Amino acid sequence: MATVDLDDVRKRFGSTEVIHGVSTAIEDGEFIVIVGPSGCGKSTLLRMVAGLESVSQGEIRIDGKRVNEVEPMDRDIAMVFQNYALYPHMSVRQNMGYGLKIAGLPKNAIEEKVQDAARLLQLDQLLDRRPKQLSGGQRQRVAMGRAIVREPSVFLFDEPLSNLDAKLRVQMRVEIKELQAKLGITSLYVTHDQVEAMTMADRMIVMNAGIAEQIGSPLDVYERPDTLFAAQFIGSPSMNILPATLASNSLRIGSIELGKRGLPDGTVHLGIRPEHVVIASDGPLSLTVHLAEPLGANTLLHGKLDESGETFTAAISGVYRVNGPGETIRLAVDDAHVHLFDSDTGRRIV
Amino acid sequence: MAIAADAQRVRKEPAPGMVEKRGRNLWLTHALMILGVLVVFFPIWLAFVASTVTQQEIARAPMPLLPGDRFFENYARALFAGVNVPVATMLLNSLVMAVGIAVGKIVISLLSAFAIVYFRFPGRSVFFWLIFLTLMLPVEVRIVPTFEVVAGFGMLNSYSGLIFPLIASATATFLFRQFFLTVPDELAEAARVDGARPMRFFIDILLPMSRTNIAALFVILFIYGWNQYLWPLLITTDPEMNTIVMGIKQMFPSGDDVADWPVIMATSILAMIPPVIVVISMQKLFIRGLVDSEK
Repeated sequence: MATVDLDDVRKRFGSTEVIHGVSTAIEDGEFIVIVGPSGCGKSTLLRMVAGLESVSQGEIRIDGKRVNEVEPMDRDIAMVFQNYALYPHMSVRQNMGYGLKIAGLPKNAIEEKVQDAARLLQLDQLLDRRPKQLSGGQRQRVAMGRAIVREPSVFLFDEPLSNLDAKLRVQMRVEIKELQAKLGITSLYVTHDQVEAMTMADRMIVMNAGIAEQIGSPLDVYERPDTLFAAQFIGSPSMNILPATLASNSLRIGSIELGKRGLPDGTVHLGIRPEHVVIASDGPLSLTVHLAEPLGANTLLHGKLDESGETFTAAISGVYRVNGPGETIRLAVDDAHVHLFDSDTGRRIV
Repeated sequence: MAIAADAQRVRKEPAPGMVEKRGRNLWLTHALMILGVLVVFFPIWLAFVASTVTQQEIARAPMPLLPGDRFFENYARALFAGVNVPVATMLLNSLVMAVGIAVGKIVISLLSAFAIVYFRFPGRSVFFWLIFLTLMLPVEVRIVPTFEVVAGFGMLNSYSGLIFPLIASATATFLFRQFFLTVPDELAEAARVDGARPMRFFIDILLPMSRTNIAALFVILFIYGWNQYLWPLLITTDPEMNTIVMGIKQMFPSGDDVADWPVIMATSILAMIPPVIVVISMQKLFIRGLVDSEK
């Protein structure tokens, strides 16, 4: 068990910098999810913590000790890879015990630890199978088991669920989270899936283009996104962003006044989550619906706002039957759920 | 053999499009196949017949087509007396050379492919291309300088002289390189996280994963080594060091002496046996390896 500190960590490949200084302090036992679109540098950041990539600048500390120059095996970490990276010619038992065998543990101690981990992961019946004789979910468990038996102080997960089908992903998500809570081991988890990030994280790091846009608890990020990117990346369907103006303390989209704000005049980006609008006959916004997606629990209405011609998505709770495309509905917005972002920097305006 | 068996299996369950091949066509293809086998097999049969009869029977036209009664005599004479040197000695020499070349080539090319694929060192691609370049230089092209070197080291008439000049293989290095490139990087990284140093990873992970390739290459390289003719002919002047493939040629008398055909033919048949054993036994391993193969 350990803390992990990232201090202005940067990564350069040749002259291109791909990670532009990430700093955060991860507490003992915390589950941190690094989330972002592909190519944002999240995997690179994780691999730097693992020691598989060198650190170009800055410092990584595990339990207060600088590990920049330490080999992966000496960092007291365990990693679960996207493709599981199980050794194909070894049985499940050998796969899980390989790290311990190299560490020079006696055979019976290895067997005991492997048995314990196998019981924990319900793999006890499969110990003599080869990886190719296992299903995707079972392979995933073996990869987890290989990490657990080493009793590391930090778990690193590199998109471990992306090769599983949707149903299994939900199940494994719960299992990983429960396991981590039970073992209390500090974990860093990389994913591009914002649902995984929301459901698993104690805190999440939202990354974009090598920058940590926001670090905070899932609900913090959801309720008070720091940047336009974080606002749009977290939440599904993603937040509607509309150009708006502030003039004499009045917030307007086109000619419609949405509320009062004590802010200087100018143009801003206004964000409204689809789930924060309701149908109201006297609502200020009028939406021409082009497509309705009934999901059962709610209905997604995609269309254009009549006032500004912007595309807009509304999530109406329950079943809503549209009277053919082109129907116009009026929407009301809860003022408490309106987010404003600077139109130049994309940062949140308080 | 296995190929014939496979062909039969395929015949039992013909693909839908092949149903009309049954009947007359089936017999025709079989007849052609049998004819082909006979044509290929006939010289070997003749050699076998010649190795079981007396010298006089071979010399008298027409040559006999059925085995005689001198099988044990001729083969014993070949194995333990030979013409210049007992065939048993030559068989041993050939075996040492072929195994030495095959094992050596596999070890060296595994290691060099490992270096080229998994280590970043200066001149990495230069070295790869240098190795690749030697593919274009057959033994015959560099035979004179190689002979100079081997003679200078005093390795004439020795196993090291027979083996070492032929021990590096660009082909095998290239094959293993291609195979290693298909091994996912994550596997190497997982081993690193597990604490395996490079050689540990090589021995514990890469080697077991390459075993089908190694088996296949062993078959090819053993036969390559066994069939070496020119190189042993050059560097072995002592009959005790002759290998069997070149030894057969040495059995032909140089002057007006009469060739001892039954013994020469017995030697030829004996020379064929080890490669056949290797192919058949390794083929089983090879197929088992294919069935087990996982990646």
